[in-house]
Amino acid sequence: MVPGELRYTKEHEWVRVDGDEAVVGITSFAADQLGDVVFVELPAVGRALTQHATFGVVESVKAVSDLFAPISGEVIATNHGLAGQPELVNSDPYGEGWMLRLKVADAGQLDGLLDAAAYEQLTSEG
Amino acid sequence: MTESSTPEPHASPLLDRHQALSAKIVDFAGWLMPIQYAGILEEHRATRSAAGLFDLSHMGELVIEGPEAGAGLAAALVTDPPSLAVGRAHYSMICAEDGGILDDLIVYRLANERFMVVANASNARVVSDALAKRLEGFKAVLDDRSLATGLVAVQGPRSLDMLGPLTDLDLAAIHYYGIAEGVVAGVAAQVARTGYTGEDGFEVFVDVRHVGNVWDAMLEAGRPQGMVPVGLGARDTLRLEAGMPLYGNELDRATNPYEAALGRVVKLNKRGPFVGREALEKVAREGTSRRLVGLTLRERGIARHGYPVLVDGAPAGVVTSGTMSPTLGAAIAMAYVPTAHAEPGTMLAVEIRGIPVAAEVVPLPFYKRPA
Repeated sequence: MVPGELRYTKEHEWVRVDGDEAVVGITSFAADQLGDVVFVELPAVGRALTQHATFGVVESVKAVSDLFAPISGEVIATNHGLAGQPELVNSDPYGEGWMLRLKVADAGQLDGLLDAAAYEQLTSEG
Repeated sequence: MTESSTPEPHASPLLDRHQALSAKIVDFAGWLMPIQYAGILEEHRATRSAAGLFDLSHMGELVIEGPEAGAGLAAALVTDPPSLAVGRAHYSMICAEDGGILDDLIVYRLANERFMVVANASNARVVSDALAKRLEGFKAVLDDRSLATGLVAVQGPRSLDMLGPLTDLDLAAIHYYGIAEGVVAGVAAQVARTGYTGEDGFEVFVDVRHVGNVWDAMLEAGRPQGMVPVGLGARDTLRLEAGMPLYGNELDRATNPYEAALGRVVKLNKRGPFVGREALEKVAREGTSRRLVGLTLRERGIARHGYPVLVDGAPAGVVTSGTMSPTLGAAIAMAYVPTAHAEPGTMLAVEIRGIPVAAEVVPLPFYKRPA
């Protein structure tokens, strides 16, 4: 279920490293827990994110949840598709439901994140 | 773990059904209830387009019976239950002496000398206790039937078609806000044409021991025609689109009916004293400084319970409920705002995470079912 090549936070974000860039989204587990996503607020391109600090908000019908940066880096793109189709976060959280692309500031931060096995264990513990 | 002072929640009598349907279960007002099954949006849309099936067994049912049951209720509530014909119901409230709302209610007249008051689960005990006290001296007996009563609602444009084959009642003959006694799925039932969704629909009160049979039969009959089970999550978005208040959000002990734009519910012209009359007469005479309104956001964002409402950039009100309306595709909210800024068309702002977001005062309800 959990893609093996990604890294994860305890707050249920995923990060996919792509050269010196990284793509960030939230996990399928997080999307299921939230329920139907109806709104995603993302930072402006150019903003510098700090690891573990909030970078945006995802809202389902019932709940508002903060998004946390899995690693530090400058935002180089955000997923404009989510403005019109926030439900992509539910239907394709690791694909079309991606949230933003970062310029990786410190690749060493990736080592502190969970791998797929550790994340799977975290979510199966409830 | 030490013993908690919070009492064990009641399990809905349909809890096993909800679990079998993979519902997410929450403790709501001391009851283990389904918050959602397939998803709030799908459940919401099914209710608007076909029908939804709701477990409302957590609601409080109080039966008041006796030659002075009507007179006693008229002294206890802001409405005039003796004016109801047998088989009819009205929306009501029970207020404190200072006019603050203890709960909002539906009052049904089941027989000449028998009424049923349906209270919110969170307030069932408060209402039961207050009514018992207020009925002292009247020839009327209060019977709290909350735990003995199961309540299942079917709501949506196809409700009548789906429920019809399961009952001996002529459902079309039951008026909106009417109630009739009959048999549903082999079980003796009170069937009321009331609801909390803005759709046509029926609420079916039965003995709690048989509510499972009624739920199963209704779901089996309705499913092929598009009925889905609906949890409390979609119940909330449905009632919000319909502009209906929720106790704890729009209504509370510190709010009077006039502030909630429900002054029409208070029958000041009825004869005799009732609890809160003096305070409410004063409010009716002098007006209120704040008023409940509908808001539609005109910029991106979703207003939520507790967010400040800004007038000319300064905090002046508060959002009581807000969501992304599944039917309208817009962010809607209800909010208390200064009366001077409560007219539809007024542009205000809601502060969302520190940022003012433009919001327009709009008439309630947000959604009205097609005639």
